[in-house]
Parts: sequence; C-alpha cells; structure tokens
Amino acid sequence: MLYLGPTKQEDSPRPATSTDWQRYYQQQAASVTHPLLQQFYSAGMVAATTPIDEVPLVAIDFETTGLSADNNGIVSIGLVPFNLHCIFSSKAQQWLLKPRFQLSDNSVTVHRITHSEVKKAPDLNAVLPELLPLLAGKVAVVHYRQIERNFLSASVKVRLGENILFPVIDTLELEARLYRTKPLSWWDKVRKRQQVSIRLDASRSRYNLPPYRPHHAVTDALASAELLQAQICHRFSPQTPVGELWC
Amino acid sequence: MEIEQIEILEFLKRHSPFQELPAEQVQQVALSIDIGYFKAGSDILRYNEPLHALHLVRSGAVETFRRNGDLYNRLSEGGIFAEQGLLRGGKVRFPASALEDTLIYFIPDEVFQQLFDENEFFADYMQVGDSERRKTSKASTQARADLLGATVSTLLSRDPVTIGSDANVWQAAQLMTEQKVSSLLILDQDQHLTGIITDKDIRARLVAPGLKSETPVADIMSANPVTIEQQQYIFEAMMLMLRHNLHHLPVVKRQRAVGVIAISDIIRFESQNSLYVVSRIFRQHTVADLQTLVPDVHACFIRMVNEDANSQMIGSAMAAIGRSFKQRLLELAEAELGPPPVPYCFLALGSMARDEQLVLTDQDNALVLDNRYDPAQHDNYFQQLARFVSDGLAACGYTYCTGNVMATNKEWRQPLKVWQQYFQSWIEKPTAERLLQSSIFFDIDGVWGHTQWAEQLQKLVSKLARTKPLFLASMTRNALNRTPPLGFFKDFVMEQDGKQNNSLNIKRRGTAPFVDLIRVHALAIGSTESNSFSRLQDITAAGVLPKGRAEDLRDAFEVIALTRIRHQAAALRQGIEPDNNVLPEQLSEFERKHLKEAFQVLSNAQKFMKFHFKA
Repeated sequence: MLYLGPTKQEDSPRPATSTDWQRYYQQQAASVTHPLLQQFYSAGMVAATTPIDEVPLVAIDFETTGLSADNNGIVSIGLVPFNLHCIFSSKAQQWLLKPRFQLSDNSVTVHRITHSEVKKAPDLNAVLPELLPLLAGKVAVVHYRQIERNFLSASVKVRLGENILFPVIDTLELEARLYRTKPLSWWDKVRKRQQVSIRLDASRSRYNLPPYRPHHAVTDALASAELLQAQICHRFSPQTPVGELWC
Repeated sequence: MEIEQIEILEFLKRHSPFQELPAEQVQQVALSIDIGYFKAGSDILRYNEPLHALHLVRSGAVETFRRNGDLYNRLSEGGIFAEQGLLRGGKVRFPASALEDTLIYFIPDEVFQQLFDENEFFADYMQVGDSERRKTSKASTQARADLLGATVSTLLSRDPVTIGSDANVWQAAQLMTEQKVSSLLILDQDQHLTGIITDKDIRARLVAPGLKSETPVADIMSANPVTIEQQQYIFEAMMLMLRHNLHHLPVVKRQRAVGVIAISDIIRFESQNSLYVVSRIFRQHTVADLQTLVPDVHACFIRMVNEDANSQMIGSAMAAIGRSFKQRLLELAEAELGPPPVPYCFLALGSMARDEQLVLTDQDNALVLDNRYDPAQHDNYFQQLARFVSDGLAACGYTYCTGNVMATNKEWRQPLKVWQQYFQSWIEKPTAERLLQSSIFFDIDGVWGHTQWAEQLQKLVSKLARTKPLFLASMTRNALNRTPPLGFFKDFVMEQDGKQNNSLNIKRRGTAPFVDLIRVHALAIGSTESNSFSRLQDITAAGVLPKGRAEDLRDAFEVIALTRIRHQAAALRQGIEPDNNVLPEQLSEFERKHLKEAFQVLSNAQKFMKFHFKA
C-alpha cells in the first residue's frame, strides 16, 4: 500500500448507502455476464447487521506503479484471510504482476520490485481466476481504500469489460473517525500543533503493534489485518454490526 | 509465486529456539504461523480448553498462571508459552492473559510436534522440566569434559604481534621489545602469514653471522611456518611442536593468523591442573610463597569451567585446594610454634566441608581440642596456631568469616566434650534463632590432626537429629527464610508476587536455600555425608521423597550451581572481583528458562519440606 496524500474521490456506480451491499451483490449476480464476476457475486455478502465477529475478512494490499489508477498498474498483490480471532497468515497469498504501464524508477525505490522481476511476471488476467474466488463472500480490509478499490476496479474493467465493486473496511478511515473529526483550530495552528498521523505504521504503534517494513504487499496486508483486530478490541466490540465499519 | 513472510521470518531468526534451527526449518515455521491480537487485560488461554498451537509473544507482555491463580510466569517479546499443555494432552494447563496489548504468533501443534521430534535443541528448550531429557543432555556435557578436550583457542590471551615483510630486523626487534614477546609473525601485503621470527632467529641468523640490523626480516625468518587451527586440540599442538622441534606455533583461523602459542603456554596450561596446584602447595615454605599460587588457583577454576566440568568436580577440586592450604599452613604453624601441647583436630565448616567450594569464599573453621585441654596452660598455643592459619588463609584469598566462625574465636576453640555439649544443646533445645548461627556446624570435615573427632561429632549428630522433630522443624524454618525468585521478565528478576528486581544473588536465592533444604532432609534420615550430592543419594536411598523428586532436586541444584560458577569464572576472566550478583541481561534465553525451572523445583521442594517437617 502506498499512501502519499489524498487523491480524487472515485465516482463509479455504487450502492446508494453503505448498508445494502448484500442486495447489491444479488443484483450484480443477476446482471453481470462474465463467468468470473458471476461467480464472485453469487458467493453473496453478509447483511449489514451481521456482527463483525461472524464476518469472514480478507486483508489486501496492492503495490502499484503510481497513485492514479488511470495511468498506472498493479505490480504486486498481497492477501491474508482472517477473522476477529485469528489472522491466517499461513494462508496468505502474494502475486507479482506485469503492469500494462511503465514501472517508474520512483515506484521501484518504494516497493523494491525491479523491472526484471516484473518482466517475468504474469498479467493480472492470468491471476484473476485465482484471486477473485479468494475475495468472494468476504469483506475486504485495507488501509486507505482508494488504492485497492480503484485499481482493481479499473484493471478488471479493462480486462473483463465489466466493473467489480465490493465492500471494504478501511483501517485508515476508522482512525480518521477518531483523529479527523474536526480540522485544527487556529489556536492549534498557532501552537504549531500537528495532526495525529493516521498512516499505517503510526496507527499501529498506537495499539502497541510492532513496526513492519512497509511496501511489501503481503506484509502490508498483514499489518492492516492486525490493525483492524486491535481497533475492534479497543474501540468497537465483536458485536458491532459490519455495516458500521464498511463503506 | 513463493510467498515470503519477511517480518515473521526475521522475528524468528532473532529468538531462541528458532534462531538455532536450520534455515529451511525456520522458513517452514514462518509459513505455518497464524496471528492474533489481544488487548491488555484480556484472556489468551483459559484453563483446560483445547489447545492447538504453541504461543510466541511477538510484541507486548503476557502473564501465565497456575490453576490456583498464582502467577506462574511473565513473558515479553520472544517469550513462549503453552508448551506444557501441548506436550501433555493438548489442553491448556497454565491460563494466560495479556498484561499489555499483545500480538501473539500461533505455531500449529503439528509443526511444534515435528520440531520437537526432529530437533534435539528445540526439544531441550521446550522440555527442561523433564528429568529424563535433562539427564541425557547432562551426559553429553560430561563426555566433553575430557581433560584432553581443550582447544588451542583457550591458550590465546592476546592478539598476535605482527609486522610487514618489508620491515627490517631492527624494527622487528624494537617491536618485540616494546610488546614483550619472544616471537613475531610476518605478514605480506594481503595480511597473509608468510613467516615467523623468534629471539633465537635474531641471535642465530643475524647476530652470529654478523649481518646488519637493517637486514629485511624476510631474510632471516622461517618462511611458511607450520601452523595450527584454533579449534584443534592442545595435545595436537604439543605433537606438532615435538615433531618439528618448535618453540612457537602460529595459530590461524580461516587462514588468518589469530595468535601464537609458545611452549611455555602449554606448560602453564598443564600447571593449572588441580593436582599440580595441590602438589605445589605442599612445596611452599612461607605464607608469602603460598600467596603466589593464588593466580594458579583461579586459572585452575577457569580451566575446569572451560572444560565443562560439572559443579561437583569443580567444588571438590577447589575444596581440595583449600584443604591443602589449611594443611600446609598448619604444618608451617607447628614448625614455628613447636608441637601441640595436647592433640587437636582442625575443622573445616560450610562449603569446604561440603566439597562445594568456589573461588569467592570465606574461611569457616574451628578447633576441637583434646579433653585434657587446660585453657590456662594450653590456650596461648592454640590461639597462636589459629591466628597463624587464619591470617595465612586470608592472605591466600580466603577472607575472614564475617560471622566470626573461626578457630581464633574462643567459643569455637574448645575440647571435644564441649563440642559434644554444643551439638546436644542445639539439637535437644532448638530455637530457630540459635540454629541460624549454628547451621554451618552441621557441615563439618576434619582436615588436620585427630580427624576421627570430626567423625565422632558427625555420628553424634546423625544419631540425635533424626529423632528430634522440634529440631528438624526449627532447621526447616530457617531453611525457608530464603526463597528463589519466580523467574525473569525482560531484564528483571521476577519475584513470586510479581515484583521486579535488577539483579539476583544466586547464592542467597539459589544455592544456599538448596543446600539448607538438602541438609535438613539429610539430618532427618541420619546421613553422615556432607556433600549435597552425596546427601541426595542417601535421601534417594531412604525413599523419603516422592518418586523422582530427588533426581529433580539434583538436576535443578546443578543448574543453579553451574550458573553461579560460570558467573564467577566470567568475572575472573575479565579480571574483576567475582561476586554472586547475576544480572538477567547476562543470561541467555536458554539459561533463563533452565533457571526458572530449577527455581520452580526448589520452590516446590521448600513447600514439601514445610509440610513434611511441620515447620
């Protein structure tokens, strides 16, 4: 995951409110034509009232060639299934991909995946039959949702001709609810007070989680999974309806 | 693609017992791990619930508890728990809860069992409580204690003194003088060893033929010298030097010179043998001469530790040396003062009597005099004798007894009949306060003169003590004054009540209460032994402890005693005064775990003793 500041909000078609993902999946299952997407939506989605304790989750993280999904591609995907009790890092998956856009030198320094490694990697197309079933029926967990949601949506649209959209729990947004409720007052600014950082590592350290090496897809996915477990422990409860967490 | 769990793998590589595993095995463990987060105060494991994984603390802190709710252990990053449950039926035995916000790595049962079966180190680490396994690991240590097993590296005390091959002999001689060495290694530009020159080479190859001192060292050196690898045995070095008639042998490690050993190093090494030290004690003629042997005594102690001797071997060797000092001092005293007016027996008390002496020890001694002793006539002699020995021992590193248990004290310089009354009174009219001072007299050994009196006193004690429950109860109460800590947490010593201290007095909290405990049991069965291990054998034979308990006590005592011995040897090696204060950061995770188990055995044995002797 790479978060360097806010990017513009995507405005693809999505459910009117964040509570009816279950109905959205049912509708999509009936209307999409590509068999992979049909399969994906047919797996269904839990109701918004389901306690988070009972929801199957999957943490995902993408490393990309840049920030904007319009002219950048995915270089690697890391994925870790989990629930509130256990993070199944033993079932984690990671793929290196060959993006359809140039790998910039800048991004190479960020995620340390080199041109030659990428050259040998498959296109996302070859990975989708493996990837989508692992996401199906689960609620995705990410830190800063724009990257994963926009990039997967854009990439799938190009390759399968149809859009993919799914609920995500954004651990960054959960932190923002606590630390971004109001902008800094003039008094704070006078005192040169800084906003509390809600980046992945800073957020983790507030819950006594260890520092991890960033920008390694599966490690970042693991880091978000651990962060969500910690956030639920401290600020929500196992009975919190998933509808209060996802978007 | 092949998944990489970088963070998990790197973490495992920093912690025992995983860092000791072969690379593929750590990798396999890293890929098998699942993870869970626990908020401070929340339960991690509940008693008797099914258990499926070994728990490893990734961050935070965890407390485990006994069934009755007593704190069992406190663990920080890298700490392991739930292994007992996995090894005994797959149910939680020690409930656990998070002391801080904690991240736990779960290592699946199958992976744990596989490592346990396949990797001896891992199994040892997990199962230090199992006496069978501890015995086998101790047997393998003893095999290594072969006196021929010392390697060349143990002889190296300084870095080699070297010079470039372009230097001349004058420069070489200056360097040798400055560094006070009799040989010099010659290195080429790549720092490879190309030759050696010695004092003798300068004499025979430069001065005698009349060459100038500006002659290059390369002209007179012995080129391509015979070398030895640092991990080869000392006897191999001896063989090489004999075969090639060498007085200096360069020592190499991966083709780099790391030192030189001279014949004198080997002679000195042999002289650290305890037998050799003892024989030399008897050849000294003054206290000042005896004093010069102190460095040899320390070297002998360090050498035995290096050679993995067990605590019994070390304790009895050091006691033999101490006894020899006493005997020689008494010989010298009698030579000076004349023959004694009445017969006497010089007693060693405490650790020397138990054959459990170390280098840091005070002199506990006493005099038993013939019943014909008349203070007015004879005491002047014995007072001087006691003073001579006591001062001599102090000069040789055996400090004066702070409790004044020495023959110089009139109370402990008495005829046999008085000593018999002392013992009768202690045993028949015991109070904990009186016995606190006198427990040291229940470890006695006659070192000089009429030593049969020491045996008579021992027999008296063994006959009386076993039939006096009040005496045994008082001794027990005293033995329970000092208790072991619970274990370690981060760099602290953790007490039974969870309090934390910076250091551990390994004698006061470990060996001493252990010795006290073993002594009470030995007195209760009428054993006449003084050594704790010999007493334990008698205790085992008497069958007074639950089955297997005496063996556990022996192994646990050994663990604690060796920790103390190694701590003191390390101080001597660094040239500092040895003490009994062990700092947790000086202990490896492995040692801490072993020590914790040993403390546990001691603590349980103390509880048993309290109940058994109705203290």
